[in-house]
Amino acid sequence: MNIQADLLTVLPELILAVGAMIALMIGAVRGDKVTNFLSSFMVLVMVVATVLVLTGPDRATAFHGAFIADGFARFAKVLVLISAALCIIMAQRFFEAEGKTRFELPVLIGLSTLGMMLMVSAANFVSLYLGMELQSLALYVLAAFNRDSLRSTEAGLKYFVLGALSSGMLLYGISLIYGFTGTVEFAGVAAIVKASGMGIGLVFGLVFLISGLAFKLSAVPFHMWAPDVYEGAPTPVTAFFTTAAKVAAVVLFIRAIMVPFPQAIHQWQLVVVVISVLSMALGAFAAIGQENIKRLMAYSSIGHMGYALLGLAAGTEKGVQSMLLYMAFYAVTNIGVFVCIQAMRRDGKAVENISDLAGLARTRPQMAFALAALMLSLAGLPPLAGIVAKFYVFLAAIGAHLYGPAVLGVLASAVGAYYYLRICKVMYFDDAAKPFDRDMGRGMGTILTLSTVFSVLFVVFAGPVLGWSDVAAQALFH
Amino acid sequence: MNFFMSHILSIITFLPLVGAAFILLTRGSQSVVASTARWVAMIVTVIDFALSILLWAKFDGSTAAFQFVEHTAWLGNGIDYHMGVDGISMLFVVLTGALMPFCILASWKSIQTRVPEYMIAFLVLETLMMGVFAALDLFLFYVFFEGGLIPMFLIIGVWGGKRRVYASFKFFLYTLLGSLLMLLAILAMYFYTGTADIETLIRTAHFPVAMQTFLWLGFFASFAVKLPMWPVHTWLPDAHVEAPTAGSVVLAAILLKMGGYGFLRFSLPMFASASVTFAPMMFALSIVAIIYTSFVALAQDDVKKLIAYSSVAHMGFVTMGLFTLTQVGIDGGIFQMLSHGVVSGALFLSVGVIYDRMHTREISAYGGLVHRMPIYAACLMVFALANVGLPGTGGFVGEFLTMLGAFRVNTWVAIFAATGAILSACYMLYLYWRVVFGELVKPALRTIKDLSLREVALLAPLVVVIILMGVYPKPVFDVTSASVANLIAQHKAAVAYDHRGPEPASRGGVR
Repeated sequence: MNIQADLLTVLPELILAVGAMIALMIGAVRGDKVTNFLSSFMVLVMVVATVLVLTGPDRATAFHGAFIADGFARFAKVLVLISAALCIIMAQRFFEAEGKTRFELPVLIGLSTLGMMLMVSAANFVSLYLGMELQSLALYVLAAFNRDSLRSTEAGLKYFVLGALSSGMLLYGISLIYGFTGTVEFAGVAAIVKASGMGIGLVFGLVFLISGLAFKLSAVPFHMWAPDVYEGAPTPVTAFFTTAAKVAAVVLFIRAIMVPFPQAIHQWQLVVVVISVLSMALGAFAAIGQENIKRLMAYSSIGHMGYALLGLAAGTEKGVQSMLLYMAFYAVTNIGVFVCIQAMRRDGKAVENISDLAGLARTRPQMAFALAALMLSLAGLPPLAGIVAKFYVFLAAIGAHLYGPAVLGVLASAVGAYYYLRICKVMYFDDAAKPFDRDMGRGMGTILTLSTVFSVLFVVFAGPVLGWSDVAAQALFH
Repeated sequence: MNFFMSHILSIITFLPLVGAAFILLTRGSQSVVASTARWVAMIVTVIDFALSILLWAKFDGSTAAFQFVEHTAWLGNGIDYHMGVDGISMLFVVLTGALMPFCILASWKSIQTRVPEYMIAFLVLETLMMGVFAALDLFLFYVFFEGGLIPMFLIIGVWGGKRRVYASFKFFLYTLLGSLLMLLAILAMYFYTGTADIETLIRTAHFPVAMQTFLWLGFFASFAVKLPMWPVHTWLPDAHVEAPTAGSVVLAAILLKMGGYGFLRFSLPMFASASVTFAPMMFALSIVAIIYTSFVALAQDDVKKLIAYSSVAHMGFVTMGLFTLTQVGIDGGIFQMLSHGVVSGALFLSVGVIYDRMHTREISAYGGLVHRMPIYAACLMVFALANVGLPGTGGFVGEFLTMLGAFRVNTWVAIFAATGAILSACYMLYLYWRVVFGELVKPALRTIKDLSLREVALLAPLVVVIILMGVYPKPVFDVTSASVANLIAQHKAAVAYDHRGPEPASRGGVR
């Protein structure tokens, strides 16, 4: 392997890294007044990176197998890059409306995205950890980005402390795995597990690894930070947390479990099932009482991670495919929801209570329709996008004979439907509250429209996306 | 023309959606948009009705095969866009097509707020209902079946009465929970056989008997709530009472029939042995529904609630008839669904007529209407008697045949059902007596007006149809009998297959 080939393999990441650094330097010299330009610049860089990812090699490794660019990573990277670019556009609008534009924002989102791309391409535990830390450090700052707001700084601090704890657990797990196998390569670990089985030390390592990853996913019982952080962070940053960051974490979770430990499925399947079922249940029940819509979306996110993990619990190619499909649906839908949340501004101030949405169907019928469609899609009601994703996740679970978890998941989704419906009820049945400010902002309407159209028409055109996720899942089992 | 006939089911199904899109794009002042919406909805539903009549005319009743079939790739891996009708589903398409124009007409004056949204909700609902009866793919069926919840939720919740929020949530969550259990059964079937094609599954699928039990229960959870059967019927009175008139009509006339249709399409042919096993339970629940809800109906003082409970009782006859697994019983069950669709629709429309005048559904607020509203009294009498099951009306044929079927299988079931039929006469005639006869003493009723031309147009065709169904039911049986005979033959063969005795177990669902 020569260095040239290695660099060509990581070209999209390289472009993004260089782009982010250029943006940082321009920002450092010219200050906050170029934020708008830098946002556009970073979006452009991400578009270029997306094109490079799409046209890149079908399967290539770099840096002595530490980095792998395959179809599986490609699917995730495209999703991450698109979500990140949309979040930058949202953030630009958000901070302009707040009158607090800062040039670091697009740079930080760019660097965090870079970390995510490295995460999903990690082929050993060291590159996994490095990618994850690059992502997390940028996210800690982003959570506290509204530095004059008490809640935002609290969110950043909480996220940092708990994130550091989870990184510690993850590292401890990795060190145990390394200690008992003598390698950090995913493939190497798999070979050793196949040859000599899982010792007690490896099981310990695996459990710590899963715990650390579950933290990043905000899956129960490692979910406590999510509602506070999601509520406190600026809305577009929350959108970034629930879309790009979640996609990257889920995909990393899949690779870090499925590639090194396929032989040990009996050791981790039950753990993942328990995490999954608890997340679904907590997401469904805890969201019912929420008044703040961002908190509600945090619990919704916990629940959805539960559904996605059900696919992993199946431990099959179909399971992985269903997870990828699920994350695609989840990311696209969530972007739309957060555009709506960001548009909840009254007299120039952001409002976040569900009751503020009262009678939206009268004051802003299009926005109400879009939000209702997105919510019902998240609830998994046909004919909206969510049902296709849920269908394949449950199918994978049943294929792996996980009948109990599938039944519990279905019950949780009936409970969860209640709080999504409540939002529709507030918008459609209640008397109109004072209307929101009319101006949603440039581009926001377009993003919302695209997200809604996806939700409504996905059931018709799901075929190709299914095909892509299938190709991606096959690449992992290559 | 060729393209038209080969895609007629898709056209019937999605035409209302086109109408909805048209309303969505209409701009202008509120009153202009409202009247455009009304007219577009009217025209679209009438065209759809005409198309469904055309479908009936072109339907070949001598074969049990699916007709007007469309088959296109959709999600891949055995999940396709597959539409088609046979003798069992065809008339439900016609029923849906026939009742929708009445719903629009009934809402012409009574709905004055958010008219375009209302019409869009109804048109979308029509698409989804048509789809349920025409879909020949499990996943497609599920999408249509459960998709109908959303527009109905909005219809009850936005245009409903005082407790509309409670009623709409109850309706939604009850039905959703049932449907989700069905979804699991669908997933298991798809996983086991590798296909979601209903036609293939009916013809060739053989699930192990133990698995059939679970699948049957999964579908039962959904259909029993939808139908609704005792004891999961409690959402229905609430939903009916709070829904606007047209919402009640659709609910009683079409949405409930999806449950019965589901039993016919899935439970009986696909889980043959389980259906035999559970038949006694179904009889028991049907009998309880027939007798218990009839008594409950007797005690109601809200007109709509009374009719709602009577619907539960009448659906009891349907489940009883279907699970006799005899030609008469199933023919009767289908006929009962169709006639109840028309009769209950007509009853709710009649209630809507007086509700529009008096804005109350309390039975005690009425009395002596015959003095001021003779035409109305005459129409309501036909509907009430049809609901009782008087010979010569549509209601009689279905009840009689289902009881005949039950008699052949189990005398006790038939005897109990017959008691229920007597009770239905009690509560219906008691209702009619309280509303229509007696002295006109209530001051508010002194100026009440008889039917307007629009309302005559609303009720008169239904009177004709109900009497036609009673005196000449043959066209219905011409359509259904071949398919029902085939269903029973398949069911027998499947049961025989399950009892074929021990042989080396072969894995794989497709014979």
